[in-house]
Amino acid sequence: MFYILCPYCGEHREEEEFHPKGQAHIARPADPENTSDDEWGDYLFFRDNPRGVHHELWVHAVGCRKFFNITRHTVSYEILEVYKMGEQPSITAESLASAEKSQGVQVGDGGQQTVGASDSAAKDSRGTKV
Amino acid sequence: MTSNAQQPNRLSQGGRIDRSRKLSFTFNGTRYQGHPGDTLASALLANGVDIVNRSFKYSRPRGIVAAGAAEPNGIVQLGSTEAGQVPNVRATQQALYEGLTARSTNGWPNVQRDLMGLIGKLGGQFMPPGFYYKTFMAPASMWLTYEKYIRKAAGLGRSPNENDPDIYDHRHQHCDVLVVGAGPAGLSAALAAGRAGARVMLVDEQEEMGGSLLSSRENIDDAPATSWVEKTLEELSELEHVTLLPRTTANGYHDHNFVTLHERCTEHLSDLAPSANGRRQVRARLHRVRAGQVVLASGAHERPLVYGGNDVPGNMVASAISTYVRRYGVAPGKRLVLSTSNDHGYRAALDWLEAGREVAAIADARQNPDGELVEQARSKGIRIIAGSAVIEARGEKRVSAAKVAKIDIAGFKVAGPVEELACDTIASSGGFSPVVHLASHTGSRPTWNDDILGFVPSPVKGMTPAGGAHGVYALDKVLEDGVAAGSAAGEACGFSAASVSQPNVKNLREGAAVALYQVPHLKATLRGPKQFVDMQNDVSSAAIEVATREGFESIEHVKRYTALGFGTDQGKLGNINGMAIAARCLGRTIPEVGTTVFRPNYTPVSFGAIVGRHCGELFDPERYTAMHQWHVENGAEFEDVGQWKRPWYFPRKVNGKTETMHEAVSRECSAVREKVGILDASTLGKIDIQGPDAREFLGRVYTNKWAKLAPGRVRYGLMCKDDGMVFDDGTTSCLAENHFLMTTSTGGAATVMEWLEIWHQTEWPELDVYFNSVTDHWATMTVTGPEARKLMSELTDIDLDKDSFKFMDWREGNVAGVPARVFRISFTGELAYEINVQANYAMHVWKKLFAHGDKYGLTPYGTETMHVLRAEKGFIIAGQDTDGSVTPEDLGMHWAIGYDKPNSWIGKRALTRPDTKRTDRKQMVGLKPKDPSVVLEEGAQIVFDPKHAIPMPMKGHVTSSYYSPTLQSGFALAVVKGGHQMMGDTVYLPMADGQVHEAEIVSPIFLDPKGERQNV
Repeated sequence: MFYILCPYCGEHREEEEFHPKGQAHIARPADPENTSDDEWGDYLFFRDNPRGVHHELWVHAVGCRKFFNITRHTVSYEILEVYKMGEQPSITAESLASAEKSQGVQVGDGGQQTVGASDSAAKDSRGTKV
Repeated sequence: MTSNAQQPNRLSQGGRIDRSRKLSFTFNGTRYQGHPGDTLASALLANGVDIVNRSFKYSRPRGIVAAGAAEPNGIVQLGSTEAGQVPNVRATQQALYEGLTARSTNGWPNVQRDLMGLIGKLGGQFMPPGFYYKTFMAPASMWLTYEKYIRKAAGLGRSPNENDPDIYDHRHQHCDVLVVGAGPAGLSAALAAGRAGARVMLVDEQEEMGGSLLSSRENIDDAPATSWVEKTLEELSELEHVTLLPRTTANGYHDHNFVTLHERCTEHLSDLAPSANGRRQVRARLHRVRAGQVVLASGAHERPLVYGGNDVPGNMVASAISTYVRRYGVAPGKRLVLSTSNDHGYRAALDWLEAGREVAAIADARQNPDGELVEQARSKGIRIIAGSAVIEARGEKRVSAAKVAKIDIAGFKVAGPVEELACDTIASSGGFSPVVHLASHTGSRPTWNDDILGFVPSPVKGMTPAGGAHGVYALDKVLEDGVAAGSAAGEACGFSAASVSQPNVKNLREGAAVALYQVPHLKATLRGPKQFVDMQNDVSSAAIEVATREGFESIEHVKRYTALGFGTDQGKLGNINGMAIAARCLGRTIPEVGTTVFRPNYTPVSFGAIVGRHCGELFDPERYTAMHQWHVENGAEFEDVGQWKRPWYFPRKVNGKTETMHEAVSRECSAVREKVGILDASTLGKIDIQGPDAREFLGRVYTNKWAKLAPGRVRYGLMCKDDGMVFDDGTTSCLAENHFLMTTSTGGAATVMEWLEIWHQTEWPELDVYFNSVTDHWATMTVTGPEARKLMSELTDIDLDKDSFKFMDWREGNVAGVPARVFRISFTGELAYEINVQANYAMHVWKKLFAHGDKYGLTPYGTETMHVLRAEKGFIIAGQDTDGSVTPEDLGMHWAIGYDKPNSWIGKRALTRPDTKRTDRKQMVGLKPKDPSVVLEEGAQIVFDPKHAIPMPMKGHVTSSYYSPTLQSGFALAVVKGGHQMMGDTVYLPMADGQVHEAEIVSPIFLDPKGERQNV
């Protein structure tokens, strides 16, 4: 269960107080009537599903009711930053990759179904839960 | 030392048991005695009970193997009463108490004479790995039948058939440092963090804190290790900000240092929780802890060696021998053979010898064993056979001998003659596996460490491992490591490290261990005696070899094919051995093969603890309207709508008989259509919307127009998602130029509120508009029926003239002397007034209405009648008649779509996509069954040609269906492909029982199509 800092309340609160609302920074096309069916379909139905850094929209549903953004690592579930509506993330997949390259460290990389296996052995082995 | 007649294996002295008191207990119907301080397992061993279970798959007799959470065989059903039944209890973890009653979970008719063992379970001696899949998958429909018998044969324990009378708690807590495990590492860590001033929680799953020190041979500060434990616990208990939780298992390590702890408060005292001060005590408690830092001091499990017949009772892991001898004063046998790959194992032989028992030999897999413990054994005259191992245990219900031979580990073969040593107990040690389970719960992948021949936890943010949990085993190093981890965790929480002096511990010179997992046998693995890897799930080395031969290369697939590490075991004793065998068969190294994922929970948690107090009436909050008490007093039957309790119908007593729902609803419907009825509609969502841009905002979220709605007027609106699908509807009233009151469906109130907020906050923040939920502030009562105006006129100062207070108007005034808003909106199709008053005045107004309404036949009605009345009018209920795939046009509500509005309101663009323009979409229609007595089933599928071969093309389904007393017929709303163009056509509804109903497609408005009744 996540422990989330609401950027408006300025406090860490339990995940139960929040609702996730999907990928952040999905802009509604400015002129829907002059948007093609394909573009409109993309806006409605298509979302990223990255393994790694993901920007998400959340709402402090039973707190201040404010919407805000979270940058989260989808493997380690680490919340890398939170930021208010209208702001841009300071951490992105690109910025993190280049920072790690320069520091020579690797991204936290747990969460695969097989743990401990070397990469080649792990690739074919994502089972289901028992 | 002599043995005791009643407890033949009980040593005459030693151990941490209270010999002054005796406790009697029952196992499989036989009474035995033990002492306070015993576990069920130590007491059974003291009494010479060898067989505690029959194995899961092969029904082999099994005895106690380990001394703690890793025990795979001693899993019992506990409870002397039906309500007190608990399955899945490990005898090694259950404290003994007076009157304890336990049974084996497997074995029929009993574990001593198991018939299934003779015939082989399910009629076949040979049950290959993957037998579930191979044997029982076809035909698929029979799986449920097979499963029932497999479960019975497998004997996984059973849940009680009576309600649990006990109370369980939840506690939500924060701490700076959570230390998991109170062995030498955990105690040191807690001391370091506690002295530094951090808020510390120290949890340990055992009856007593101290971990391995409780059975240690070693001294700390020149005194037995247990004195250091006592001293340390004393200091910790005096530190105000340190919480000690014994009998508490950290079972799950979740995101962001959220850890669930399962504290067993009374399960060491009795079956069901005893009373104290006349109140039943809390039986178990689930702590939900958000820790700043976690120190993982969960220790290590000793790995047994995998040799033939290693499951015959009398085979144990070496450290368990030491624990039973030193901690419980039990030597579970007479003559021991130890098979070891390392120095640690020697402790068992030394402890055994000191208990006055005989050690036949130590088979050491190393060519030149050399270390202080080895020296001690030599000096005591114990025979050490170097370069060898026990390759097979002899015996059926108890070990009778060990076959020992020289082995060639690298060549995986027996390298010398076999010597058979008579013995009744075989201890084995293949080294230790750090308990990385909790760290794995977070998704972190453990890393293989060749130095310690085990997996250690990989870094987890906010977690520090200490001691055995990451492969530090020498006591002096463990104590040091604990202090370092505790100080580091404290510092991470902002507490500067306090001084903790290192206790004086003699450093034992240790010889290097050798990597040995599966012991070779004279025969090949598939032909030799069974070597068990996972005893709880009955997985043998042969099964793993078969799995790899059949092409299962990933350890996760091997696990699922063989059941290795399944269920409550979670691979505590067997996983590393299993991986090592898979690695050998595949010609890979262990790190290449990897380990399977350990999942929460570490050991089983009772449902009671998970549920806590959230059961019965506290299962979910209940919401009541202001008139709830009246409904109760007037005999209402209630329906749950979300968390609301809404009156469903109000059955009356007629001639001493209570009306059925059908009778009550017929009466209530007639009252509304002919006289006047009243509905408590307080649960409808109400959102107060204010701001200069409120009107503009409404125009964007509703499909219809709001620009010209004048104060005093009300309008019905449909809301779509941006994909053009209807998701809620309701009325919105203009209270003032910049002030509106929106109503939503009861279930949609919170969703709609969040919907408005997300569009305002993320898409249109420039609009100056504010939303507030006022659902609970206002109570709503709907007075509806031909006599409604007469009744209202007796109670209100509002001008009710039909020309000045028209349909879809609202007025402010007094009702029954109370300030009110009255809305002329109708969900019944009749003349209707919806009265909104401040909720705390509502009961007064409600009662006044009845005081005046009697003479008009005022009748309370509930949600069922509401549904019938609205459906007769073709009014939809969002979520019942719509399912997220229905557009306003599908509903035939073109009149509510403002295509020419200046903005692109939510959903508009999608309504011109090719799919939403299709003419064969499912469209809302009415259905009139040909037989008026038929009430179609909601959800029933509609076909056009009932003679069509199966599968018939399904053309639609029924969304709402009732019996109408007004129409004297069943009737339904439905969605049918192209239905708007099919008026008068006949459709068919084939039912599961073979009947086929016929119905005619009609307008969804069954009554008063012009709406004259509501306009009067």
